Amino acid sequence: MAFYVLRRILTMIPTLLVISLLTFIIIELPAGDYISNQIAALRAAGESASIAKLEFMRSEFALDRPFLERYLIWIGFWPGPHGFDGLIQGNWGWSFEYDKPVAEVVGPTLPLTIVLNTATILFVYVVSFPIGIYSATRQYSWGDYGFTLVGYIGLATPNFLLGLILLYFSNRWFGLSIGGLMDPQYIGEPWSVAKALSILAHLIVPTIVIGTAGTAAMIRRLRANLLDELHKQYVTTARAKGMREARLLLKYPLRMALNPFIADIGNLIPSLVSGSVIVSVVLNLPTVGPVLLNALQSQDQFLSGFVLLFVAILTLFGMLVSDLLLAVLDPRIRLGGKAPS
Amino acid sequence: MTVKGGDPLDRDHYVNPEPFNPTAAETLSPEQERYYQASQWKIMWWKFRRHKLAVWSGAILILFYLAVPFAELIAPYTANERSNDHLYSPPQAVHFFHEGRFAGPFVYGLEASVDLETVRWVFTEDRTDVQPIRFFCFGSQYKFWGLIDGSFRLFCPAEGGTLFLLGTDRLGRDVFSGLVYGARLSLTVGLVGVTISIVLGLFFGGIAGFFGGIIDSLVQRVIEILRSLPELPLWMALSAALPVTWSPVWIYLGITVILGLLDWPGLARAVRSKLLALREEEYARAATLMGATPSRVIRKHLLPGFTSHIIASASLSIPAMILGETALSYLNLGLRRPAVSWGVLLNEAQDISVVVVYPWLMAPVVPIIIVVLAFNFLGDGLRDAADPYK
Repeated sequence: MAFYVLRRILTMIPTLLVISLLTFIIIELPAGDYISNQIAALRAAGESASIAKLEFMRSEFALDRPFLERYLIWIGFWPGPHGFDGLIQGNWGWSFEYDKPVAEVVGPTLPLTIVLNTATILFVYVVSFPIGIYSATRQYSWGDYGFTLVGYIGLATPNFLLGLILLYFSNRWFGLSIGGLMDPQYIGEPWSVAKALSILAHLIVPTIVIGTAGTAAMIRRLRANLLDELHKQYVTTARAKGMREARLLLKYPLRMALNPFIADIGNLIPSLVSGSVIVSVVLNLPTVGPVLLNALQSQDQFLSGFVLLFVAILTLFGMLVSDLLLAVLDPRIRLGGKAPS
Repeated sequence: MTVKGGDPLDRDHYVNPEPFNPTAAETLSPEQERYYQASQWKIMWWKFRRHKLAVWSGAILILFYLAVPFAELIAPYTANERSNDHLYSPPQAVHFFHEGRFAGPFVYGLEASVDLETVRWVFTEDRTDVQPIRFFCFGSQYKFWGLIDGSFRLFCPAEGGTLFLLGTDRLGRDVFSGLVYGARLSLTVGLVGVTISIVLGLFFGGIAGFFGGIIDSLVQRVIEILRSLPELPLWMALSAALPVTWSPVWIYLGITVILGLLDWPGLARAVRSKLLALREEEYARAATLMGATPSRVIRKHLLPGFTSHIIASASLSIPAMILGETALSYLNLGLRRPAVSWGVLLNEAQDISVVVVYPWLMAPVVPIIIVVLAFNFLGDGLRDAADPYK
């Protein structure tokens, strides 16, 4: 097991490198950089006084170097103007727009991003698991049809539109804002139980909005997998021998169906993280979503680069956890075989 | 053995007098014959037809797609036409009876007054002003596909009247006409994007599956990495990189390329696994032995074996692209006026306090959800039909 974990973590390193390079290419795509554009604007306005300062900043942030060098400096593999000082050394870069280190800009939003995504994944698990089992064991019952219908609609309703609709109706019917992270009176207040509860209450709606599509997909998968298993002969044998239904279900078919269930959560994580970014923008949650949008619009490259990388790492980490869970569950995987899907 | 009378076995039994046909089991009934001689596509169609929901979804989608070529004819106004006297006008309900008498489809005229407390226009129906809707009529000028001048429309407002079926927005632009025009971009974005994604997926999946070895594992790594990335933030970053100076047409093309660029891994993976299985088939080996080039074997012998699968899985990724465009335009990162798509229209609904006062700005949500649902059902039906011999 330890060997498997080690191997799994080591394979993440090249992936991370490729992703960081990809991110850097993307944030460098727009013509020029934040400071060059400012210099151009100042020059057009005929102001030359502050240009010198900006030129100094350009070399300070190594923006005047060739592409590959800039990338390596950003990561921290190459000495920049201040020696080795990149992401690996814990320097996340400088936000030009806010005139602050990136760490100070995104710092407060990171915990909530992680909490929101974890809550969504847990929500998907907790809701889809019992419903999937129910739908499979009571196939073609009214409940099964009901859940299938709700699931279909949930699968097809785009999450940010769902967020928008919920936002509208909660405003319309209850006059209350479901956006934001907490009730306005707690903003800036010291931590208390009431404040924590308020945050939890505000997390419910975004969690449901982001998780609905994923939950619907998981219910369908679990139902299909479990139905396949329930029709196998070992189930009939166990039943013929007089095993109780509940014990029979938990002991054999469920364990078999659990495997693809967990593997699928891993595949679902990218879309969940995607959803959390846009739903945060719609519902005005202080996660990295709105920060990313602002940074992209103002071409604040180090900020947007860091957020993109953070979101990608969050996804990779989620997939790692799901893979490790799978290995715990299924000895065939940690011993080198492949899981049947 | 003798059987005594009264035994249950002792009774007359039926013997078919017709001569015995030893091939009876092998002759096909006309129905079976029809089935065995039908082409693959025909059998797929028979199977697809049984999926009622998918058929209905297909019909609905065809209806929606009619707006793509004929938007100018269907919409009563052009997309960016402003009516300065009707800012944030509410939807006008279509009536049939005026004072108890049938008067054909008509709307009541709008009367504007200023509410000084909330400082906004308030529109009320003027119950005496009957404005019958005209059909097959000549309305305001438009340029059909931006090329041909015209003014013929399916229906238009009464002379000097207004017809805002879904209200107007902050500049007095008709929301319904916006929806019709928006369909042109919103509905085609998925098709173009999927085409790009299919080309890329076929290419990469094809070389990976056919050659195997190091190319295969390289492509597999790339697919793995791309699939582990959250799509939307990347879409956002890429479309933010599109130059602001581009014309709407170029932005539109840029967006479709971006949407297609990240979508191909799923398709490539399916192509690869199918190719891996099919290239071991005897007919593929025979073709290779007869000297066919790899590209010919792939195109002529292997591709027809899984075209249906590609179509089915492509139809399932169209809704994701439509939503992608909507999300990007909603966030101001995608298309912008004067280009009109459903996402651009939704952009007006960004400020929730405005939407609460003028809820009809949310109208684009309805066609988006209908189209996405329909594509999902259609894709499900196609996927089930894709393997007709199962």
